[in-house]
Amino acid sequence: MSFPWAEHYTPKHPAMQWIDEKLPLPRLVYNAVGAGYPVPRNLNYFWNFGVLAGLALVIQIVTGVIMAMHYGANTLVAFGTVEQTMRDVNAGWLMRYAHANGASFFFIVVYLHIFRGLFFGSYKAPREMVWLLGLVIFLLMMATAFMGYVLPWGQMSYWGAKVITGLFGAIPVVGEPIQTWLLGGFAPGNASLNRFFSLHFLLPFVIAAVVILHIWALHIPGSSNPTGVEVKGPQDTVPFHPYYTAKDGFGAGVFLILFAVLLFYAPNYLGHPDNYIEANPLSTPAHIVPEWYFWPFYAILRAFTVDFFFVPAKLLGVLAMFASILLLFFLPWLDTSPVRSGNYRPTFRKFFWILIVDVLILGYCGGAPAAEPYVMISQVAAAYYFAHFLIILPLISRFEKPLPLPNSITEAVLGRHAIEGEREALPGMGSDPQPSHAG
Amino acid sequence: MIRIGAFLVGLFFAGWLLVSFLVGAVAYVTEPPAVTVEHEFHRDPKHVAFSFDGPFGKYDQAQLQRGFQVFKEVCSACHSLKFVAFRDLKGIGYNEAEIKAIAKQWAIKTPDVDPKTGEMSTRDPIPADYFPKPFANNVAAAAANNNAIPPDLSLMTKARHHGSAYVYSLLTGFQAQPAELLKEFPDAKTPEGLHYNPYFANLNLAMAPPLTADGQVTYGDGTKATVDQMAQDVAAFLTWTAEPKLENRRRAGLATIFFLLIATGLAYMAYQNIWADKKKAA
Repeated sequence: MSFPWAEHYTPKHPAMQWIDEKLPLPRLVYNAVGAGYPVPRNLNYFWNFGVLAGLALVIQIVTGVIMAMHYGANTLVAFGTVEQTMRDVNAGWLMRYAHANGASFFFIVVYLHIFRGLFFGSYKAPREMVWLLGLVIFLLMMATAFMGYVLPWGQMSYWGAKVITGLFGAIPVVGEPIQTWLLGGFAPGNASLNRFFSLHFLLPFVIAAVVILHIWALHIPGSSNPTGVEVKGPQDTVPFHPYYTAKDGFGAGVFLILFAVLLFYAPNYLGHPDNYIEANPLSTPAHIVPEWYFWPFYAILRAFTVDFFFVPAKLLGVLAMFASILLLFFLPWLDTSPVRSGNYRPTFRKFFWILIVDVLILGYCGGAPAAEPYVMISQVAAAYYFAHFLIILPLISRFEKPLPLPNSITEAVLGRHAIEGEREALPGMGSDPQPSHAG
Repeated sequence: MIRIGAFLVGLFFAGWLLVSFLVGAVAYVTEPPAVTVEHEFHRDPKHVAFSFDGPFGKYDQAQLQRGFQVFKEVCSACHSLKFVAFRDLKGIGYNEAEIKAIAKQWAIKTPDVDPKTGEMSTRDPIPADYFPKPFANNVAAAAANNNAIPPDLSLMTKARHHGSAYVYSLLTGFQAQPAELLKEFPDAKTPEGLHYNPYFANLNLAMAPPLTADGQVTYGDGTKATVDQMAQDVAAFLTWTAEPKLENRRRAGLATIFFLLIATGLAYMAYQNIWADKKKAA
């Protein structure tokens, strides 16, 4: 796959040769994330977040499997078993806080990964399938995170489950039967908790499978890069290992430091105090809010306050919330500009930053109580969100005059003058000024 | 086709959101939302300094023991502490013999089954037992407390914003209803049997002031048991019950971050080294 100049896997040790003949798994890894995968040489730090998302998934699966060993999926004991994990299990507090904050960090890196894709046009041909699979991962993550938040069976768990499954109740005629079917009852209860636990355990492995498809689809055209100019020859790429494994190693270190600071010194900062109160179906919390990573979508849900003739406002909100994510699936066909990178799209770039601010405003309003002025602000912000993707972006790609693109990746990195010298130096590759022991 | 469809969908959602905005804005201007009594008179917790504040703070064991004494002599009459066991008191500096004695002398007994007859009975708690609940069930708790169920206190300081300061503020915050409140909101008079407290979410609390006079408990370590001191001590104790692993967590964090800083520094040097021949030519 990818480029003809990719390095080939040649096992030296007889044992590896023996394995390679029977099951070429090392070869697969070598070609996927080893020296056999040539990557553009000019990736910036925004290209770290894919690997970091993979790291976050691994952290979630490891801590989650351990948490599951101490958890009782029964409404009578769920809250207590989580507390017992925190108090009596060796390093149980570490597993629990790592899992809860790990979910937040997973979303942080995935949001940065998505915004990287939006700015640099990573969704454009020939990488549409990478983008679509990425969105499938995002949807699976949202489902997994929502169900995971229900498991501790605190007040926000219970009422969050009630509100979110209640969204299906807004669908006319079949809505309420669907809601009852999803919950296994008329309100969140033991049946709901058991199925949520089962699915919460299953879905991360589905995510892992789609991640494999995501990477597979990426390797057909190869990675995109900040110029958006396609790879033209061997001088434009470096092998993934050691170049990007080294860079990702540094990125992972920075990620883990930030993660550790939150995990060890403010583990409840991103949580809601109400979830330390055991679920009580008879007492509704003053403000029901989801976890922070759902706030922008929650703001869109609540922004619809006026019925559209016979369509109730609640149903509109539900449709809009789902539409706000589903529209991203159409992005490769909405943005028709042949230029990928926002660096060479002056008009696009301005609107991109407006979108970022807009989503942050939506997020802020989604976490605030459903009162004025937050509802009015989120109405304007949500209107811009839809207008941005569905109206403005297609128009920009039609009328914008992009800046001149560099001729090649190498030219963008080294400047036009240096190219001739680089071409000569390439075959030997012996110009390393200091002795290198790495790799 | 996709773009025309998207355009129409976008126009619909954006347009209807702006209509909703206008409807909301008109309503906001013509009839501004009423100011509630909670909005105007609810107070954020007072500022109070604890030994465990900040990233390097530690529990003050003497204070935790004093707080435990306040819990034992005052709070535990009505409030349960169901996620804490007597054996956990090791964490606030009691030894095994002391814990055994504390459990044995605990005023509330642990429900059990009589080994001879199989009848329900009670026995003295042992260190392995969790703190027994003061009421047999919620109905009994409500019946004894003017229809309000005293909440479990194990996690109270994590179940409220700024929980430690909240507990302290609530305990020291009981007061007469301000005159201007009654002038502005004549209907908001504290109902019979409730108690005004501006640190409580809806201002009126079923719990009567529990700490009423200096010297209500007699501290073994000679600390003067003012109401303020007792409130601080029990708030510290309840912070410990909610987060008994706080000190382990902060210690582990220091070691982890120290390790990660070194590892990341090395990773950065490896990254620079490997890329040395690929960076911009001078």
